[in-house]
Amino acid sequence: MELLSGADMLIRSLQDEGIEYIYGYPGGAALHIYDALFRQDKVKHILVRHEQAAVHMADGYARATGKPGTVLVTSGPGATNTITGIATAFMDSIPMVVLCGQVASHLIGEDAFQETDMIGVSRPVVKHNLSVRHPEEIPEVIRKAYYIAATGRPGPVVVDIPKDMTTPNERYEYSYPKKVKLRSYNPAIRGHAGQIKKAVDMLLAAKRPVIYAGGGVILGKASNQLTELTRMLGYPLTNTLMGIGCYPASDKQHLGWLGMHGTYEANMAMHHSDLILAVGARFDDRVTNATEKFCPGARIIHIDIDPASISKTVEADVPIVGPVDAVLKEMLALVKESKDKPDASALASWWKQIEEWRAFHGMRYETSPDVIKPQEVIELLCKLTNGEAFVTSDVGQHQMFAAQYYKFDKPNRWINSGGLGTMGFGLPAAMGVKLTHPDDEVLCITGEGSIQMNIQELSTCKQYNLPVKIINLNNQALGMVKQWQDMNYESRHSQSYMESLPDFIALAEAYGHVGVRIEKKEDLETKLKEVLAMKDKLVFVDIYVDRFEHVYPMQVARGSMKDMWLSKTERV
Amino acid sequence: MRRIISVLLENEPGALSRVVGLFSQRNYNIETLTVAPTEDETLSRLTVTTTGSDKVIEQITKQLNKLIEVVKLVDLTEGSHIERELMLVKLKATGSQRAEIKRTVDIFRGQIVDVTSSVYTVQLAGDSEKLDGFIQAVGTAGVLEVVRTGVSGIARGEKVLSL
Ligand SMILES: Cc1ncc(C[n+]2csc(CCOP(=O)(O)OP(=O)(O)O)c2C)c(N)n1
Ligand SMILES: [Mg+2]
Repeated sequence: MELLSGADMLIRSLQDEGIEYIYGYPGGAALHIYDALFRQDKVKHILVRHEQAAVHMADGYARATGKPGTVLVTSGPGATNTITGIATAFMDSIPMVVLCGQVASHLIGEDAFQETDMIGVSRPVVKHNLSVRHPEEIPEVIRKAYYIAATGRPGPVVVDIPKDMTTPNERYEYSYPKKVKLRSYNPAIRGHAGQIKKAVDMLLAAKRPVIYAGGGVILGKASNQLTELTRMLGYPLTNTLMGIGCYPASDKQHLGWLGMHGTYEANMAMHHSDLILAVGARFDDRVTNATEKFCPGARIIHIDIDPASISKTVEADVPIVGPVDAVLKEMLALVKESKDKPDASALASWWKQIEEWRAFHGMRYETSPDVIKPQEVIELLCKLTNGEAFVTSDVGQHQMFAAQYYKFDKPNRWINSGGLGTMGFGLPAAMGVKLTHPDDEVLCITGEGSIQMNIQELSTCKQYNLPVKIINLNNQALGMVKQWQDMNYESRHSQSYMESLPDFIALAEAYGHVGVRIEKKEDLETKLKEVLAMKDKLVFVDIYVDRFEHVYPMQVARGSMKDMWLSKTERV
Repeated sequence: MRRIISVLLENEPGALSRVVGLFSQRNYNIETLTVAPTEDETLSRLTVTTTGSDKVIEQITKQLNKLIEVVKLVDLTEGSHIERELMLVKLKATGSQRAEIKRTVDIFRGQIVDVTSSVYTVQLAGDSEKLDGFIQAVGTAGVLEVVRTGVSGIARGEKVLSL
């Protein structure tokens, strides 16, 4: 057997785990590891400009590929800078391993230079965390970390590595474990057959069914099964913000997404349904509105890999714990062989009702002859990229417009921080996607507030040649905050203006990129075409959009699913 | 309702803080918490008493089960069970109080485990109500110090919580 130092074992373990890229930033406690990294060329390291961005990059990579991302940082400030990124990944169940340097074991607890209890600090926002206590454990710890991160309900795992675990001249036998066995961690591999049967019977007997799909369908790689089942049944489907792309948006059975800024028809259908099939969704407060008023006539079937997500906020009538792909496959088989068929006449009148709702509102906004509407920018981008781009977003109105008006037919292409709502996510996430999808169009839809939270990464983009397109929907305000102030605080715009915006064009150019400003409506299409034609350039597109636009529909706070504002003046 | 949740936990550094962290993070109550290694030194046994609606208790057990280091758990209050808590109490004991305290200790089947001319130290085991009852009986005026271990519990009969 080979003898390797702890640092070399760590890097070898990453190679054996099949890791192509790690995103990180060096510092004292991680220097042995960085030296081991230097002496090989299989694992490529991307040097960011702020550790938070390293985590979002790993996250973007994970969301686009379905594989766990990897981050490497030093102890203390390096580690604490990752926390927002880790919490972002945790809330959206994104698989990721974050390797953190730590001060040498004998210094732990002494308030040593750059010492932070990263295990303690990260605990509430990780799926699990592990410390290395002996260099020999490194391969096993790494194997465990990836196994835990990627299986069951995925999530981030932090590994804390004291500096003396990676000392160069202490060598140990290296072998990478093929398997891990954890007696206390056994994620379900299939659903309960009796429950699945019961669910299928209920599904086939429903008169006003709705399928409500969440991010779990994408994480669980179950889009095909979901699509097949939905088409076979002919039932309407709505998905969450996190589930966008799990079912083709251009399909007529798709009602758009639901919840706070969901479509009128999706929210109406949910409210009036008699049966909800929830798949990999978690009934969160941005979806349900007031839980006590949630879908009064509906019985609920809930499929999820995480038992704690079931009946947490809304009680399920038929809980099914299991991987969504396996459960849907079994359901499909049962539906096929069942002699019962969906009630055709009930379904026809249900669809008639839904089409009326769709015709009554659908997604619409008022255009203006001279001002650029943010919605039309997104619609145009969708058209110009054939709805095939990877789109990352930040957080705010621009995020909602992007999710509403870009039509995704495929999973893993809409990439946003849905659970934590982290401004600053968009650009680094886009970089993580672009790195591994160089031939695909990658758009970062952002706002002038959000983009400034990780703007330093323009420098990383230059170093690694990452020609993403940054679409800055510049409304010269923290638009979403301002919208809430308009609606709830009589337009008292407390701290929601950005009074000294930088010249984004000059800024992009200073970093060595291209900047394009669009102020006139008549320039919009030609300029966007020019931008998209610059395949090998990062282009920062600063688009001046209507400063007064609000995002609609918007559910009325503490109401039911069907209580919505449809515009500044129409309330239903 | 009050519940007693009994947990088999990997006996590893940090495991206990994860359990405690979970309770504060998700706004669950902890009334008492006891923990010690079992006959299998790789495992600890942890008993936590908590209160909450059925829905909250269901979430507590599910969230606990999600912790990687939690091997198994049971809500003892779902079946018949035995619960015990140990208490050490220092009582002011002078003059006629001494005989009175001795009698009360006997009634509660406790023991006087340390004596000075003015103080008795009493040891008492039982369920939490019994320990409360003793304090009431001797009267809080004479109580100098109370140490309680918190509840430990085990199911009655054949049922065992093991690997
Ligand atoms: C890190 C962080 N801080 C604060 C917020 C609260 N917040 C939500 S949206 C928003 C405004 C975003 O402004 P901008 O990026 O310009 O987007 P817009 O809404 O104008 O499209 C703020 C401050 C947040 N989501 N994330
Ligand atoms: Mg803005």
